[in-house]
Amino acid sequence: MNIQEMAQDIPAEGEHAIEGVDFITSGDQYLTFLLAQEQYAVDILCVEEIRSWEQPTKIPNAPSYIKGVINMRGIIVPIVDLRLKFSIGQASYLETTVVIVLTYQSEESTRTIGFVVDAVSDVLNVDNTDIKPAPAFGGCVGQQYIDGLINSEQKVVTILNVNHLQKVEKHSLHS
Amino acid sequence: MTKVLVVDDSNSIRDMVSFTLKSAGYQTVEAKDGLDGLSKAKSSNFDLVISDVNMPNMDGISLCTELRKLGDFKFTPILMLTTESSTDMKMRGKSAGATGWLVKPFNPEKLLATIKRVVK
Amino acid sequence: MSIDLSQFIPSFLEESFEGLELMESGLLDLQRGDNETIHSIFRAAHSIKGGAGTFGFDNVTEFTHLVETLLDEMRDGRREVSSKDTEILLDSVDCMRLLIEAARDDEEYDQDKVEQTSKRLAETLGDEQTSADESRSKTDVEANNVCGYTINFIPEHSLAKTGNDPIFLFSALAELGQLTLSADTQDLPALKDIDAQELYLSWQLTLYTEADEAEIIEIFEWVEDECLLELVPIKAPSTTSANTSSTESPSSPSSTLTNNEQQTEPDSSQKSTQDIEQPPKAELVIDSTAEDNNITSKTKTKTKTKDKGKAEVGSIRVGVDKVDSLINLVGELVITQSMLSELGNDFEMEKVERLTSGLEQLLQNTKELQESVMRIRMLPISFAFNRFPRLVHDLAIKTGKEMELVIKGEQTELDKTVMEQIGDPLVHLVRNAADHGIELGDVRVANGKPRKGTISLDAYHQGGNIVIEINDDGAGINRETVLAKAVEKGLIEANAILTDSQVYDLLFEPGFSTAAEVTDISGRGVGMDVVKRNIQSLGGRIQVKSTLGKGSSFKVHLPLTLAILDGQLVKVGTETYIIPLIAIVESLQIDNKLINRVSGDMVLYRLRDDNVPILPIYQLFNLATECTEIDKALLVVVEADGQKIGLMVDDLLAQQQVVIKSLKDNYQQVAGISGATILGDGSVAMILDIPGIIHMALEQAQQAQRVKTDGNSSVTAEVCL
Repeated sequence: MNIQEMAQDIPAEGEHAIEGVDFITSGDQYLTFLLAQEQYAVDILCVEEIRSWEQPTKIPNAPSYIKGVINMRGIIVPIVDLRLKFSIGQASYLETTVVIVLTYQSEESTRTIGFVVDAVSDVLNVDNTDIKPAPAFGGCVGQQYIDGLINSEQKVVTILNVNHLQKVEKHSLHS
Repeated sequence: MTKVLVVDDSNSIRDMVSFTLKSAGYQTVEAKDGLDGLSKAKSSNFDLVISDVNMPNMDGISLCTELRKLGDFKFTPILMLTTESSTDMKMRGKSAGATGWLVKPFNPEKLLATIKRVVK
Repeated sequence: MSIDLSQFIPSFLEESFEGLELMESGLLDLQRGDNETIHSIFRAAHSIKGGAGTFGFDNVTEFTHLVETLLDEMRDGRREVSSKDTEILLDSVDCMRLLIEAARDDEEYDQDKVEQTSKRLAETLGDEQTSADESRSKTDVEANNVCGYTINFIPEHSLAKTGNDPIFLFSALAELGQLTLSADTQDLPALKDIDAQELYLSWQLTLYTEADEAEIIEIFEWVEDECLLELVPIKAPSTTSANTSSTESPSSPSSTLTNNEQQTEPDSSQKSTQDIEQPPKAELVIDSTAEDNNITSKTKTKTKTKDKGKAEVGSIRVGVDKVDSLINLVGELVITQSMLSELGNDFEMEKVERLTSGLEQLLQNTKELQESVMRIRMLPISFAFNRFPRLVHDLAIKTGKEMELVIKGEQTELDKTVMEQIGDPLVHLVRNAADHGIELGDVRVANGKPRKGTISLDAYHQGGNIVIEINDDGAGINRETVLAKAVEKGLIEANAILTDSQVYDLLFEPGFSTAAEVTDISGRGVGMDVVKRNIQSLGGRIQVKSTLGKGSSFKVHLPLTLAILDGQLVKVGTETYIIPLIAIVESLQIDNKLINRVSGDMVLYRLRDDNVPILPIYQLFNLATECTEIDKALLVVVEADGQKIGLMVDDLLAQQQVVIKSLKDNYQQVAGISGATILGDGSVAMILDIPGIIHMALEQAQQAQRVKTDGNSSVTAEVCL
């Protein structure tokens, strides 16, 4: 699945909406995905590509949640298994297992890292005022990774902070 | 369109002069020293020549002398770019057939204003 | 019109630094009466001055002006070239560099140094300089009640031959105010006598303007020798309005303007009056100058911010021939590609031969393209070498020793990145040679050597590498002194027996310095250990040879480029790794008889006279492999830091060139890995960092040692690694 194609499917304002999907082009859009049964989301502008799982090349002596590196059009991209990273569910690699490649541009650098998730589910339109702070206790996902929660129908979606996801990958290795 | 030959061994000055002239609607051809300038002058017609004085291979004064020998450049305005505003330099330019001189440093505005004295 | 000058500044800076290098090398070679060199030095200074003025680096212009004046005197033969002047000029080059760098980085510079040098320059130039300063204000502000001029302009008949055309002068005048003119045709000869190339007219012009005499004369500047020019001020009538204008003077141009306009009508009583152009209002002129100032100040600030961003990018100047060859190759590639895609459109088996040849062509194209692209990054090593003549020159003065520098192989090409990073280590090695190697003149003579010492720099290609040699014919390295020092520093045991090369390696140990006292030349806190580390980080190595009393030789081996390396692909478990060929000594099937186990589980392999420690990669990287038996595995013997080590791998695969990709971009540096590459099948393979692996193994061994020999004293550690 190519994010470019997904984006093309999104009608511009004034055009008819795709059946069953409510697009508000003026709000922020998030890509939601599954880790076990839980819903998570990242800012869609950071999503570079969604790829199917392929066995990466191992990085010697790396922590277990860093699966290795892959070649994405000539760029060496590290692959992090978010399920292992957050200890959510089983890290199994099936046909539906996908890798969401996220690019985050900070002032000093641009970093591209792929994250293994169980499945990609939807594109969500969110008004910033609908984002609620996450409760400050419990959970295997550290507070620094969470931007907030949103309600989507019956479910709660956790919005992850891409910058932090990538930053911590960098530092956690020195142990 | 008014066509100008810009001769200077310094990339930055040449670029600057050329860019300034282009943005004012002139057409420019660049040459990196007198010899280069002379060969470009022989292959095309120009309405104005702007040349540095101190250059390797062939200096601006010699270029000027050579150009005046060419039929097509008998009346073409030739301006010398110079930092030496001494009369000595000016006389040497004059006797070689230069039309006038532009004293460095100059800014784009001054350049455009000045060349109006010799071309449209 | 606003033109952003800052876009030309990077190229001006680059040019200036090149110019400074040219000046410096020229000055070092400067002989008396060597006019060509003086000319080129002068030209470089002149260009810098001109550019600096144009782009607003006034302090550079000011300083360079002094330098230029001195050089001009030399150029004209008014001044003899003396070594004293050359020294001052060399210092001036330093100052110019300082000023330009400060301008580039928008930082402070060493003002004392610049001031001192400019004082010395001024002193050298003597009184001439003070008088040489141009007196700009030719004309004082004229009496205020002048409201215009009558201009008599009688050009010589040959005026047109200088390329000047009066019509343009008149339109320039018209920009200053309101202009009326009349032509005088009395000199015009009869039609048959007219020479089309001559100018027979003269003019009388009347210009009502705010501008002063100097501005008008400036317009005629280029023709003043070919014409008769008379300027007669027109006094404004002493009406009340004129008086107010004079008292308010420059601040209220509008009132004078109205005054002018009123004046225009009655005065237009000429015979053949013609209005050249509707004159633009004086106000406008003033406004536009004000705008000018704004623009310049704006561009200045812009420049600063922009430059900061650009400083890191770096640029490379590529010869047009290299670019042309690239374009040609790309052209060929496009042809091959279209041929192949056409072939693919309706492919049949009988076309397979054409496919094979097409693919071969593609391979050839790609290879040539790769080589051409690499060549763009290759620069002659003279870029790194050209600072050394000056360095040795300065070192000779500082140390009081006589020495000369011989440079060979300066056209040898090297990757730009490698070049940039090898500069400092080379400087250190040359300093070292001058400081510790070359002896004082008297000592040399006493030892039967020529009084003048020689330091030579040589660069050449060897295999896929470049070798840079730094040789001196000095005292050589005294083995005993080094040993004594190493013992004193606790680097070795007092009774240790070391080979010559092991002794020389001690020089690169952190904190080792043989100089009896730290001089300000080589003892700058940067030791030889840093030199070695820098060279290693470039994937290179350094060798030392020395003969006591005869001299020393430092050989630096470097890869030609950091972007591509020749590698040996090896298999460990499911993973493929790449070992740089440069590091490989040999690869062999393990012979069980030659394996020796010492001190517990240290495994040594007897390779002729050497005992090489065996390091299983699967252990080092925690990989699962079935091939854990030493005698079934293959051994790749690699060397770094003069230490050989046997890497145990499952299998040897192909040898091939690989493009190095950084792991740091999206990840981080990994111990034992220098980078990654993409193999033919699109998969990623890690490139082994041999010095890093040896370091890792050493640490692991030491850790194991500590655990095991807790309480026991052991001497085997040094023997192993």
